Amino acid sequence: MFEFDFTLRNVMLGAALLGVSSGVLGSFALLRQQSLLGDALAHAALPGVCLGFLLTGSREPLPIFVGALLSGALAAGFTMLLTSRSRLKTDAALGASLSIFFAFGLVLLTFIQSRSGSGQAGLEAFLFGQAAAIVPSDVRLMAVVAVAALLTVALLWKEFKLLTFDPQFAASLGFPRLPLELLLTSILAFAIVIGLQLVGVVLMAAIIIAPAAAARQWSDSLGQMVGLAALFGALAGVSGALLSASGRGLATGPLIIIAASLIALASLLFAPERGLIASAYRARGARRELEQQRVLLDMYGLAQQHSDPSYPSESGMLRALYGGSPEAQLRRLEAAGLAEHTTHVPGEGTHYRLTEAGWARAEAALNSLGHHA
Amino acid sequence: MPQPTPRHEPNLALHIEDLTVAYNDKPVLWDIDINVPPGVLAAIIGPNGAGKSTLIKAVLGLLKPSAGHIYLHGEPYAKQRRRVGYVPQRSSVDWDFPTTALDVVTMGLYGQLGWLRRPGRAARTKALSALEQVGMADYAERQISQLSGGQQQRVFLARALVQDAQVYFMDEPMAGVDATTERVIIGLLKKLREQGKTVIVVHHDLQTVATYFDFLLLLNVRLIAQGKTSEVYTAENLRAAYGGQIALLQTAQIPQTPPTVAETV
Ligand SMILES: Nc1ncnc2c1ncn2[C@@H]1O[C@H](COP(=O)(O)OP(=O)(O)O)[C@@H](O)[C@H]1O
Ligand SMILES: [Mg+2]
Repeated sequence: MFEFDFTLRNVMLGAALLGVSSGVLGSFALLRQQSLLGDALAHAALPGVCLGFLLTGSREPLPIFVGALLSGALAAGFTMLLTSRSRLKTDAALGASLSIFFAFGLVLLTFIQSRSGSGQAGLEAFLFGQAAAIVPSDVRLMAVVAVAALLTVALLWKEFKLLTFDPQFAASLGFPRLPLELLLTSILAFAIVIGLQLVGVVLMAAIIIAPAAAARQWSDSLGQMVGLAALFGALAGVSGALLSASGRGLATGPLIIIAASLIALASLLFAPERGLIASAYRARGARRELEQQRVLLDMYGLAQQHSDPSYPSESGMLRALYGGSPEAQLRRLEAAGLAEHTTHVPGEGTHYRLTEAGWARAEAALNSLGHHA
Repeated sequence: MPQPTPRHEPNLALHIEDLTVAYNDKPVLWDIDINVPPGVLAAIIGPNGAGKSTLIKAVLGLLKPSAGHIYLHGEPYAKQRRRVGYVPQRSSVDWDFPTTALDVVTMGLYGQLGWLRRPGRAARTKALSALEQVGMADYAERQISQLSGGQQQRVFLARALVQDAQVYFMDEPMAGVDATTERVIIGLLKKLREQGKTVIVVHHDLQTVATYFDFLLLLNVRLIAQGKTSEVYTAENLRAAYGGQIALLQTAQIPQTPPTVAETV
């Protein structure tokens, strides 16, 4: 069992703050189809972390946060420059700046580690996170950053919503598109900065996108989606922290990511409207209906050919028309009161004929298909 | 006291001088002059890629022209924002966005609300009545992803209606919509014109353009012709605008010379 100790409390608080802010901002990133942006910003934070350390010589959180924010901003600016000055699409440009900044960060990291006496710098913790090293001052800074990010979203809720749904219309109303987009990107970088120590830059994208993607599955309004994403994010953060405290040698960061991914996976599968299982079920229902309609129309066609509304179709003949086995469909039609089976003629298969309701249904179906009975 | 700035052609709803717009140094609108009087129902027509959407975006300040000036009732767009309504091309947004029809219509009021203020009860009432005008009152709480293309288009139109503008710009509002929607839309456009408003619409269908609109702008990178439908809707102008593509259209129905009777609606 885990002890509910002081470190664990810090880690849980930090993880909850990370989950809430990344859930909220990840929702906007997801809806703006910028899932890759979080990944790029996170990877781009690494050189800033290293430079913050190099310039101040300490692992104090503030210079490292500022460094991460600045290099994230630089990467975002670089991406915009790439897309506006070249023919690169946004995702390609994001990928390019992600790799360039991350490579530069790794170079700096190896440089720092190779210097004498800085083996203990422990900066590699920012690659995959090192939650155990979190102290109360870290958590306080995370809280300030999270509150700043969430307050901005709350204040500019309607502006961000419009910008996300229809940026051109927003601009036509006089809302400055570029500054608002920059602001939204910057506060996404805030969320990333909160996660630096907890999950590190490499896995960050998952905690940005997974709670949002999960929340989208369950809700149909932006407010609900954002609230749910915050909840899922916090849930993933806290359960990751608890799980890692309960076992020896389980790293918090990856556990948080796994928890978030499981929530997303479950939502993708089981959500009532948008879930894969629900839509497979609906598709099956639609297919059945279509097959049933086909048999119904075949019977109608045969009856018309014989100018006899109650013409009994033999199931074998229907099989030939239908190409498959119509018995199951016929039973369903009968159960629905659209067909009925007639007296059995020895030596032949069962005969079915349309009921009045079945006749009407077939004519309605034909009409809606644009034919005329 | 602020200097009263001289107004430029205040008697024209839209006045454009020497407008050139380029994407990556490739001009898509070239040296355009346009004058649209107030109170008309005007169509912008031209082949695909002619720059019709670009023209509207330039007017609304959504992209920066390489050259030229644009005035709406004598003032630049930045000063006339509250008097201009906009219906973007339907395909320009992701209709899977998690929101309702009513919410989208309410967005038309965000400009009047200004920064930070949230829409309240009055906004809701306005949005509902706009939905009613487009025959979509029953769909107010419906997810926008569940609406048909025509219904989505009507939601966009309702959003422009709540803007309560003097001049409207609409990008292909009748493209790919069902017959009901087309009837609703054209009825509304005429109603707006009756109220003295100016409506400028990108239209894709040459068969209906002469019956729906009383003013035409023929565009193909350059402005080919502009003026009353009865004067500029000629085979010669259409050929100039559409080039070879006109062969695909039923040229027989288009008058070789300006029609003598005013067949505008
Ligand atoms: N964002 C863009 N970047 C580069 N070229 C563009 C962009 N938008 C439009 N174009 C090009 O400009 C031309 C005019 O486009 P558009 O105004 O959309 O035409 P229309 O609306 O008349 O079909 C087209 O050739 C199109 O390919
Ligand atoms: Mg267009």
